[in-house]
Amino acid sequence: MRYLPHTSEEIDRMLKTLGLSKLEDLFKEIPPPLLEKGALQIPEAISEPELLETMKKMEAQNGSTDRYALFLGAGAYSHYIPSHISQLLLRSEFMTAYTPYQPEVSQGTLQAIFEFQTLICQLFGMEIANASMYDGASATAEAALMAMRIQQIPRVLVAKSLHPQYRETLQTYTTHLGTELVEIGWDRSGALDEEELKAATREPASALIVQYPNFFGVVEPLDRWAKIAHESNMLFIVAVTEPTSLGLLKPPGAFDADIVTGEGQAFGIPLSFGGPYLGLFASKKSFVRQIPGRLVGETIDREGNRAFVVTLATREQHIRRAKATSNICTNQGLFALAATIYLATLGKNGLRDLAFLNLQRASAFRKELEELPGIEFPFSGSTFNEFVIRIDSDVDRLLQRLLEKRIVGGLDLGRFYPQFQNHLLVTVTETTPKEAWKNWKETYLQGARHA
Amino acid sequence: MNVQADLKYTKDHEWIRLEGKQGTIGITDHAQEELGDIVYVELPAVGQQIQKSKSLGVVESVKAVSEILAPVNGKVVEVNSALNGKPEQINQDPYGKAWMVKMEVANPSDLDDLMNVEDYKKYVQEEKA
Amino acid sequence: MPELTPSLTSFKERVHPMSKPEEKTKEKKVGPGRSGLQLEEPLLFEQSQKGRRADSLPKLDVEAQPIERWIPSAYLRQEIEGFPELSEPQVIRHFTRMSQWNYGIDLGAYPLGSCTMKYNPRLNEEIARLAGFAHLHPLVPETLAQGALQLMWELEGFLSEITGMEAVSLQPSAGAQGELTGLKIIRRYHEQKGNPRKKVIVPDSAHGTNPASCALAGYEVMEEFIGKKGILEAKTVAERMNEEVAAVMLTNPNTLGLFEKEILEISEIVHRKGGLVYCDGANLNAMLGVCKPGKMGVDVIQLNLHKTFSTPHGGGGPGSGPVAVKKGLEPFLPIPRIVKKGTGFALNFDRPQSIGRVRSFFGNFGMMVRAYAYIRTLGCEGLAQVGPLAVLNANYIRERLRPYYHLPYDHEPCMHECVFTDKNQETYGITTLDIAKRLLDYGFHPPTIYFPLVVSGALMIEPTETESPESVEEFVQAMIAIAKEAETNPQLLKDAPHRTKVRRLDEVKAARELKLRWQST
Repeated sequence: MRYLPHTSEEIDRMLKTLGLSKLEDLFKEIPPPLLEKGALQIPEAISEPELLETMKKMEAQNGSTDRYALFLGAGAYSHYIPSHISQLLLRSEFMTAYTPYQPEVSQGTLQAIFEFQTLICQLFGMEIANASMYDGASATAEAALMAMRIQQIPRVLVAKSLHPQYRETLQTYTTHLGTELVEIGWDRSGALDEEELKAATREPASALIVQYPNFFGVVEPLDRWAKIAHESNMLFIVAVTEPTSLGLLKPPGAFDADIVTGEGQAFGIPLSFGGPYLGLFASKKSFVRQIPGRLVGETIDREGNRAFVVTLATREQHIRRAKATSNICTNQGLFALAATIYLATLGKNGLRDLAFLNLQRASAFRKELEELPGIEFPFSGSTFNEFVIRIDSDVDRLLQRLLEKRIVGGLDLGRFYPQFQNHLLVTVTETTPKEAWKNWKETYLQGARHA
Repeated sequence: MNVQADLKYTKDHEWIRLEGKQGTIGITDHAQEELGDIVYVELPAVGQQIQKSKSLGVVESVKAVSEILAPVNGKVVEVNSALNGKPEQINQDPYGKAWMVKMEVANPSDLDDLMNVEDYKKYVQEEKA
Repeated sequence: MPELTPSLTSFKERVHPMSKPEEKTKEKKVGPGRSGLQLEEPLLFEQSQKGRRADSLPKLDVEAQPIERWIPSAYLRQEIEGFPELSEPQVIRHFTRMSQWNYGIDLGAYPLGSCTMKYNPRLNEEIARLAGFAHLHPLVPETLAQGALQLMWELEGFLSEITGMEAVSLQPSAGAQGELTGLKIIRRYHEQKGNPRKKVIVPDSAHGTNPASCALAGYEVMEEFIGKKGILEAKTVAERMNEEVAAVMLTNPNTLGLFEKEILEISEIVHRKGGLVYCDGANLNAMLGVCKPGKMGVDVIQLNLHKTFSTPHGGGGPGSGPVAVKKGLEPFLPIPRIVKKGTGFALNFDRPQSIGRVRSFFGNFGMMVRAYAYIRTLGCEGLAQVGPLAVLNANYIRERLRPYYHLPYDHEPCMHECVFTDKNQETYGITTLDIAKRLLDYGFHPPTIYFPLVVSGALMIEPTETESPESVEEFVQAMIAIAKEAETNPQLLKDAPHRTKVRRLDEVKAARELKLRWQST
């Protein structure tokens, strides 16, 4: 067995040191009825070439972005990933290290996290950021818990245009705490319904959670929502699922957001069927002791050299146990590193240009669709790289016909919002080939003629 | 270990000094030594009523968190907010500059249940052994 | 204008020979730690030069419109203030240099107790990067995800078989989220019976995540003392178990490396009072090929793919924390569930009793691919050797170091890890921290230190099965050398590490001054 170095002679020699004669003797403390006699019902070992062949058969059945053109986003985005990211992530010292418990031999990980925290602060316009969370959904749920710790009111207002899976996660995290989650709908622009929001603020709540741009792709006027939230003594939480947008959009921090969460997958992390992704979490500095997750800080070593170390660990589970700010133990170390390399590569101008590309291309495609018969745009708000359309024919049939042309034509919005039958959430990034735009339109027009 | 004769002590290593009805509270020299370098302190709100053995606040070192427990029932009348910027004072001068809370003690006779300096010294010795 | 050629002195400053003068007195070289070259590397932001670029974006292929046509200027930013501007070679060098300041399992033994630092197969990295896995969008129609769903379905089956449990959800992102998921399932189970109950019994030797997860699931923690034998005793549980207690949450083998041998009696006691048994599966590695939690009366267990199933830790994540349950708890597992449909697979969202979801999409799929590949590579016969060899290595270390270090629980073989303390070294003023830091000089990552909390000055050593006998012996030799140094030259330990990029850090300064990000001066 190539991962297990012990030869039978070595096993015997080691057993002899222990005064034992066979491996079974090591387990004499386990009650005999618990010891397994039979073999595991798992296939026998296979060689590297056999395994590769098996796995290639399996992956070949999947409609990945190299095989299908994607008009799909909704919390997971197809962006070009510079090839050096994967190569750097494969460096043994990054990939095969554990949590940086021993800072003297973890400065690579720690400096990278310090840089990551800085980049996220700059991007979000916030004062502090943590070393990352599992994903955008759980980060947003943790933000709600944090707001309730600070505010002590078991009521949270949540935009219904927050990613449906984020809302479900929020529900799971808070349900038994007696938390009342009040969902706020949208108006004709696709942004939060101001009247509904104002009505909901008549009773006190810990926080208002808004997605930016929201699940329908609409750029929420955060200035208005921040004002309402703060006038009602609520914390203002902003979730960003497509952070590429912040290459152009004014950051949530500029609107006085108290906590900003996000999904960092867009930053150099493969789609990978939904994970591992990267939860982003930032806040105002005054909440530093309430923040969940790991924080890295700058200090010096005994010779006065600059160095980095995990700090404020007293908030965390291994010290404060049942009273910790969260049960989270790991961050997404390797993918926080991926995002750091990605943002370092794109840099100030690259991220802006990428956002520009996304905005221009998505808007251009949107404009092309406007010219087709039977397509309407239910929301009037500004959008970045996603938008909602309504078609006057069966959306399922359209998507099926597009699949035949190797196009995933968008997200059937009815899947998450039953009121939106025959609505599609359409996403265009820099990776959505122009050839596919043409195909999309032709397929649609053919279908419209049949109908 | 530094102790002071005019104080009363708890098993959780807080001290209290009674002047009239007002009790001044802090943590002992032994407690600060055990905690190591203190990096943070959290103090209660003035006006709060606190029951004996309930939390008055928190002191933190790099690797440990410790609650400050009220030695007796009473109302918080003043807190030493200077400690927020200079938590190291707790290490330097635990019985002096680094007092934490002043309470209006509900029943001064409750202090009789606490240890005097000799008992406390013995208690710390036993705890160490 | 910045200086383009660094002066000689600044070059010297950037290069630190690792060998320090006091090392010359060493007679015999133990462990792989030697001298080398370490390069200084400033922060990204400090290297930024206006106008430099490393991106390579496609050309705009539509007619550009003024941005304000699409988005009102009130919602646009001028620039991302502070963002770096670098070239690609700079980026590569930056991260490559930084990587050299790290230690990883590919460099040498990493015997962190309860962390199961085993070899992370390279093959699995290649497999996880196959386009059909790496570039698959989570919201594609099921027909485009059949390979992914098949892999998940089969992995669930493997994990059920390995644990002796009946249903598995792969959704939780890491061990702690698995714990939360498991506890929510327990809560839902009790709710359905009419009363969620209030408390969970957790032994004081537990990982900190256990009480924290209980609190997050809305349970009060009843911390119970482990007995003299280092295990949770059935009689303790019997005394405390009542109808208010939702579950007992224990780790098996526990954090002292001991098998919870009263677990059968404990689960009987708990079940009799209507409670459930949660097993933290962080230490499952010891049980591979030996025994199955499902047969011990365990109702819920979370697994750590990044420990037992060899997926890389990546400097602190991503993990993956599947939850396995007994049949009666299956309806409560997170949504969606993967179901067989004809010859293919589908996702079932219609599960009204489910606890809901704990994150977006289906979990850390990339980690599942790696774990699947690991299980297929080892196969039934390889997996069956994992537990025994991991336990053999741990016992060997325990036996070899016994003359030098104090063993608080001394009466029986340990499982996959052994716990020593610094009690023998106390006379010389040497603590566990000093021993750990000195190990760095010898070229090893130290064990887990000061945990479990129930052992004062704990050194918790978990070698795992992928360390060869030579490597294990080399570690032993380094520990023995350190024990001797503690007697003869304690100052050497107190000043350790000597050969790392940085020396011991001022953690108090970090916490008091709280500099959590770079800022331009």
